[in-house]
Amino acid sequence: MKKQISKHEYQRLVDEKAPGSHYVKNLFAAFITGGAICSVGQIVMLVFKNFGADKETTASATSIIMIFIGAFLTGINIYDEIGKFGGAGASVPITGFSNSIVSPAMEFKKEGHVMGVGAKMFLIAGPVLVYGIFASVVAGLVYFIWKQVM
Amino acid sequence: MIEILKAFLLGGCICIIGQILIDFTKITPARIMVIFVVSGVVLGMFGLYQPLIDWGGAGATVPLVGFGNVLAKGVMKEINEVGFLGIFTGGVKAAAAGITAAITFGYIMAIISKPKIKS
Repeated sequence: MKKQISKHEYQRLVDEKAPGSHYVKNLFAAFITGGAICSVGQIVMLVFKNFGADKETTASATSIIMIFIGAFLTGINIYDEIGKFGGAGASVPITGFSNSIVSPAMEFKKEGHVMGVGAKMFLIAGPVLVYGIFASVVAGLVYFIWKQVM
Repeated sequence: MIEILKAFLLGGCICIIGQILIDFTKITPARIMVIFVVSGVVLGMFGLYQPLIDWGGAGATVPLVGFGNVLAKGVMKEINEVGFLGIFTGGVKAAAAGITAAITFGYIMAIISKPKIKS
């Protein structure tokens, strides 16, 4: 049972590739869902701006709040539904990143707090951080060398 | 109001790119997320992502490409300020809020909630 949910979680979009799927509908759903999530982000940003927060505070606070929203909606089993409808529209925004942390952690809770929750949290977030941070180091190295040469 | 509409349009379009990759290639959502973050780092490094942020605000910063952009911008800023060591500290430093929030809220929510059992 658990396994089915797990498969469903991360392969639902792949499954939609099955014959008879509607590409146009998927693209539209992704556009609407992603657009809506970003609009929420924009509203949060505008609220912080109105309170006079500077650019950096606004950016950090907005990510924190969006990540919280994603984690919260996953916890109450709503984000899965959004994902089923929106596909990439739900996984591409940062809320999808926090969904990818909470969802497997919830599922593998039975395997304990360390190797279950603690390890499985990073099933998808891990690769994202590994390649993201590694890329930033490579970018940094290139930039550093470029700065020396110029 | 126009800012929210712009965020909607840009965010929606970025997600369409993700959906196209999912529907028309064999790439899984997890790989899309990795590809988007790395693309963000590359775009950020060359300063190509900033115009999108200037135009679409959260429509550019909320998608994971924006997270990659933060990593790239952070590493370059830190290199300018502290030099070589910035290569190692800049990226995560800039992304610290997001990473810590994701771990903290992710952990708390995972502990207090129950997975839905599909009937």
